[in-house]
Amino acid sequence: MNARVSRRHFLRTGAVGAALVLGFRLYAARPASAETSTAGLAQFTPNAFIRIDSEGGIVLVVDKCEVGQGVYTSLPMLLAEELDADLDQVAIVPSPPNEQLYADPILHLQATGNSTSVRSSWTELRRAGAAARQMLIAAAAAEWRVDPSQCRTERATVIHDGTRRQLGYGALAAAATQQPVPQDPQLKQAEQFKQIGKSPLRVDLPGKVDGAAQYGFDVRLPGMLFATIASSPTFGGKLNSLDDNPARSIKGVRNVVRIGGQGFDVGGYKLHLDDAVAVVAENTWAAQQGLAALEPAWDRGPNAHLGMDDVVRALEAASDRGGLVARHNGDVDKALSTAATRLEARNYMPFLAHAAMEPLSCVADAREDSCEIWTATQVQARAQGIAAQVAGLPPEKVTLHNLISGGAFGRRLELDGIALAVAISKQSGAPVKLVFTREQDIRHDLYRPFYHDRLRAGLDASGKLVAWHHRIVGPSIFARWAPQALRSDGLDPDAVDGAIQMPYAFPNLLVEYVREEPPAIPTAFWRGVGSTHNAWVIESFVDEIAAVAKQDPVQFRRDLLGHAPRALAVLNLAAEKSRWDKALPPRSGRGIALAYAFDTYLATVVEVTLSGAGLVTLQRVVCAVDCGSIVHPDSAIAQIEGGTLFGLSAALWNEVTVRNGRVEQGNFNDYRTIRIDETPEVEVHLVSSREAPGGLGETGTVAAAPALANAIFSATGYRVRQLPIIKSIEELKRRA
Amino acid sequence: MARLQINGATHEVDVPEDMPLLWVLRDVIGLTGTKFGCGIAQCGACTAHVDGKAVRSCVTRVGTVADRGITTIEGIGATPHGRALQNAWLSLQVPQCGYCQPGQIMSAAALLSEVGSPSDAQIDAAMAGNLCRCCTYVRIRKAIKQAAASQATAQRT
Repeated sequence: MNARVSRRHFLRTGAVGAALVLGFRLYAARPASAETSTAGLAQFTPNAFIRIDSEGGIVLVVDKCEVGQGVYTSLPMLLAEELDADLDQVAIVPSPPNEQLYADPILHLQATGNSTSVRSSWTELRRAGAAARQMLIAAAAAEWRVDPSQCRTERATVIHDGTRRQLGYGALAAAATQQPVPQDPQLKQAEQFKQIGKSPLRVDLPGKVDGAAQYGFDVRLPGMLFATIASSPTFGGKLNSLDDNPARSIKGVRNVVRIGGQGFDVGGYKLHLDDAVAVVAENTWAAQQGLAALEPAWDRGPNAHLGMDDVVRALEAASDRGGLVARHNGDVDKALSTAATRLEARNYMPFLAHAAMEPLSCVADAREDSCEIWTATQVQARAQGIAAQVAGLPPEKVTLHNLISGGAFGRRLELDGIALAVAISKQSGAPVKLVFTREQDIRHDLYRPFYHDRLRAGLDASGKLVAWHHRIVGPSIFARWAPQALRSDGLDPDAVDGAIQMPYAFPNLLVEYVREEPPAIPTAFWRGVGSTHNAWVIESFVDEIAAVAKQDPVQFRRDLLGHAPRALAVLNLAAEKSRWDKALPPRSGRGIALAYAFDTYLATVVEVTLSGAGLVTLQRVVCAVDCGSIVHPDSAIAQIEGGTLFGLSAALWNEVTVRNGRVEQGNFNDYRTIRIDETPEVEVHLVSSREAPGGLGETGTVAAAPALANAIFSATGYRVRQLPIIKSIEELKRRA
Repeated sequence: MARLQINGATHEVDVPEDMPLLWVLRDVIGLTGTKFGCGIAQCGACTAHVDGKAVRSCVTRVGTVADRGITTIEGIGATPHGRALQNAWLSLQVPQCGYCQPGQIMSAAALLSEVGSPSDAQIDAAMAGNLCRCCTYVRIRKAIKQAAASQATAQRT
């Protein structure tokens, strides 16, 4: 492929067949790979592609994984809007693994996470569409010998009204490649949008209501075998010995393999796999029967007596250490020493599993000179990288088929399923579908960290907040997942996310981070990441301070906001829509939480009633959201509805606990998740805005737990400092 | 050898009698719309119909359903309830990740065949066995009502 590099942002790669291929990028170039260097793209390696073929087919490479958040619709809408094509004229293909081409400009990695998909694509994809449109118009105008300004476009067609001529984009594709790449394509003003801001049927939904949608779990290949797996029950245990025969005597079982017991490093990402046993069979049932028949002799290893007390004690001890300073304004010690009232709190947030509805799965076909994988991954290039390591092949010999995911919530930012599936396939000499049982999925997850937080606040004689000290104690996910993201002194930006960019204006503020890793228990990102943890801690404590100051929680927050009009607007909107001042029946309460996360402002009000037994019933949820410009409002509402309930579910019931080195929970009977009969009405109110888009996939989750905990305080006077709330059932029963 | 009637077609399968219907559907016959979620009848992702009743196929032995009428998500659209529910699910854009939705729709179809116009309480009771980790429940409730209303309208006209 010959390519000429344009002077600035855009590049033209010339005709490929009769296709217009337009790459684009707006961000600083990263080192180019050999692959892109040979294509002459070293300096302007694009991070996404439009392809228009001579048949008029328009293809967008989607660099994000469809995990239910709607990127297979929202990202093509951005492109189609500026290209003047209808959504049904744009086909999508999932991006191949390529860190240089598809690194997310916010994450600096080919990854779907941190609610960046629309934020990262908002300008880039529209510029791509606008540039392509301008080139297609220029090609048509040249052919007709008219002024391009007299041409217009609609439905992938260039039209010249004066001469009543028109040409489809396909017919213009070859000629358009000869047009100069616009340096600064004109984008539509918001009032010109025809598609952005509407809510067409998501393209992935028809297949999701009739069984046609294909997840990794559903892939079927000729000659494919089915595998299931059991890892060491204790963290860090070893397989001493295994008699294969009980499994091999079961009809349909074809192989028993020993895997794991190794560590990986993929571009700084680190993963350790404990020893595991897998059974490979002609169907999943036979594999499960075979696995159940085995009695592996496990050496329980160094964590055989590990329990939650060990974890909590270590965090509490670490909390007495000074931490890395994440943010410091004013003089907190002085302000505290002169404060009229001082408050202190300790909060505890548990380990959590992801428990997506689709348990972890991956299909792998590892051969001597190639490897193919079919799965859903949030990190395509890393997925290719780890498969290559396990297969013993160069990465370019690994083909990834990235599929839609049956939920992810951060789980598919990890690569254990892929590494295991490739290893099993390699040892079995056949394509293999590895499916986790629910028990394996929950007991061998990588967990949302257990955090311990200490807070101090000071009020002056008038009840005004004058000092805020927050010390966060917990592990660093980034140290394992992307150590290059750590500050040079080791500060983990995720651990303090949401704690250092609160909407409030605190005059004296100190936020510290103490890194303390739990023994042996792997930790990972979970929906809402750092903000979900910190918003709960902060918004609970703000609420507590308001109560001590004998002020209304909404008014107290208003007074803290300083100049933060967007935060104030969502706070007021949530208060208004929830009828904040309306009296509630006995044993009922309303709680509010305000958050700024992923560039979105959100205020959530939760209304609860407690039974005499101390059980919490969710009565009503009201969310007010300012996420800037909205691509697909119905999906925005859906993400806030679902994300909020997801957070409420975890806050009420979820914890992963470890006893004698093993995870105690294993399935939905003991890892409880909200059901329809526990679901309240959820109202989502979107603020109309033309600001740049904010993230939505995780934002609802962020404000859920604190709004709930504050509602419980309002109903009972009991301040929840430990999640899940079910742990406080005796206290709630006493007060109800 | 068991003979299964699935979505109106006959399948002869050579599987152990205690093999769950779920894995026969998915791995042996290739109907992958019915999902695995828990294996212990806790999540409802595997819901299928046997003689019109919702069953959790992960705990339904295939030997117990031979020669009975089995319907899966791939076939439910051929029934008036199923079609109405799928239309309502699309009209309200219910699914997010979508993995649990075949089971949700199968449970809802069984409900509508028993109760033409279910109340919130009846919906909650019938659907409480179906988990959705994306928590699309608010829309599931609306969609069932919309489907029921559309069928009532269809019957009147």
